[in-house]
Amino acid sequence: MIITLPILLPLAGALIAIALGHLHALNRWIGIATSLLTLLVSVILLAAVDKAGVHVLHVGGWEAPFGIALVADRFGAVMVAVSCLVAFCASIYALKDIDDSLIKKHFVPLFLLLLMGVNGAYLTGDLFNLYVWFEVLLSSSFVLLVLGSEQKQLKGSLKYVVLNLLGSTFFLLGAGLLYGKVGTLNMADLAYKLSSHELSSLVNTSGILLLLAFGLKAGVFPLFFWLPNSYPTVPHTVSALFAGLLTKVGIYAIIRSMTLFLSGAQDDMKELLIAVALLTMVFGVLGAVAQKQIRQILSFHIISQVGYILAGVALLTVAGLAGAIFYLVHHIIVKSNLFFIAGMIQHQRGSDDLSKSGNLRKLSPVLATLFFISAFSLAGLPLLSGFWAKLAVLKAGLQEEAWLLSSCVVLVGIVTLLSMLKIWIGSFWSGNGTSDSGEPIKSHPLPLSMLLPSILLAILTLGLGIMGGELYSFSLRAAEDLMDPMNIIAPVLKISP
Amino acid sequence: MEWILATTSGVLLAAGFYSLLKRNLLQILIGILVLGHGASLVVFLSGGLKPGKPAFVPEGATVLGANQADPLPQALVLTAIVIGFGITGFVLMLFKQSWNVVGTLSTEAYRSSGSEGGNA
Repeated sequence: MIITLPILLPLAGALIAIALGHLHALNRWIGIATSLLTLLVSVILLAAVDKAGVHVLHVGGWEAPFGIALVADRFGAVMVAVSCLVAFCASIYALKDIDDSLIKKHFVPLFLLLLMGVNGAYLTGDLFNLYVWFEVLLSSSFVLLVLGSEQKQLKGSLKYVVLNLLGSTFFLLGAGLLYGKVGTLNMADLAYKLSSHELSSLVNTSGILLLLAFGLKAGVFPLFFWLPNSYPTVPHTVSALFAGLLTKVGIYAIIRSMTLFLSGAQDDMKELLIAVALLTMVFGVLGAVAQKQIRQILSFHIISQVGYILAGVALLTVAGLAGAIFYLVHHIIVKSNLFFIAGMIQHQRGSDDLSKSGNLRKLSPVLATLFFISAFSLAGLPLLSGFWAKLAVLKAGLQEEAWLLSSCVVLVGIVTLLSMLKIWIGSFWSGNGTSDSGEPIKSHPLPLSMLLPSILLAILTLGLGIMGGELYSFSLRAAEDLMDPMNIIAPVLKISP
Repeated sequence: MEWILATTSGVLLAAGFYSLLKRNLLQILIGILVLGHGASLVVFLSGGLKPGKPAFVPEGATVLGANQADPLPQALVLTAIVIGFGITGFVLMLFKQSWNVVGTLSTEAYRSSGSEGGNA
């Protein structure tokens, strides 16, 4: 039963928050309490899944393949847990970052419904149900994106909304065609039926439609251009939330489909995936070079990081998938934290433009330390979590003798470092605390509710760096589960392997 | 019968994409709508057509009989239509708000929003 709670708790919280919409302060605390509860539940679920294996629930008592099955394996459970962690931090951060005018416009229910959609997508075992969860999280993200309806938000939302709707259409088409060919939409049943069929490559045309939809949501090359347009326009809490949750759902769907019901297409798709991963890495990091605002730079880095994760996936080996899972966990934590920090820079200095903020190293040593940990973890400095993540992907690439991919992993890492140095020098190192006209720049003190979530995530980043082995061995277990589709098929369809 | 609907869905999808490439937000909205209808039709067709047959499955049956239409695509299309309806409502409001704030429905005005988003 615990498998339903990461979905039901945010729903209940959202309903209560709507009912008590006029009590703004209470609304915020409902958001915090609900996301904390969901986080606790998801950690319990993760521990249970890691210990006892895949959890399956046939919703409403309808047996698979006819009903909808909720499935939690190690990979899905860890994604739920990390997402809930980010959501919890964001709900605290929102205390000061989101003002009452947005709370009045139902920020908290939207936030919780987004979390519900994300958790549902990670836990469902049914392709059409996945489509529905995608729509749930998309609808919430649409509204969060334009909440407040400032001009720049409305402008930035156009590409996001139109392209994601197009992606949903592709998803629907792919799912429909797949149903026409195989006669089932249960992912495990799909995999089971296709694995025993000699012409299973005939579903590749439908599969590519699905991958197109997932790729669009994940922000891979050449489908990424909606991302840097929309993420920097929203409140900082929302952009941190989006950075941590949204594109990862796309990546998750790619991994799930490639290892489960499209596993017959692995040989055909491998080269395509590797090429896409390479281009995503390179274009993302090069896009960041030209940018001057911190959130713009970070948005482009999301794209290049998605490329790294996809590189691990594209190798389609246990080591590659383990690298990808490790990278996902590290990336969600670090990237959300960087957006939190960008928000604090903006709060303290009134701008996150690199040329307008400076000397934060002296003004706020705490902020400088937080940024140092997260940014250089992202760049992959040794002993921080990003180093192990990059190392895992690189090692998997070298094992497969994918030389081009491996060299790109190293080179893009160096450019990422340069990019982070640019922010470090621009916002923290340079300047002497005075503006051009010689007056001291005013700086606002940082509220504790902004610092705390960031400190929590930074400690986790350090922890993952020092105890990287623990997470890596977990990722290996999760990847081994993924590589054998029978691990999902057997418990869902109740057949013995 | 199938070929008429299959052709129709193809025409709808083509028209939808054509309309999506226009430079007016309303035409883009029509494009999204028509694309959605095309996709729904494909899903509906995916179960095969059995005109005049009910989509009720007897209790306990695990295989679809020859005289039954497949209920699943119908349920899926219904879901997709409902979701599409909600999304269309949202997009209409979004475009109306854009019209109020930005003052135009031409996509030209939305082009450069990202790169200098901070001071737009």
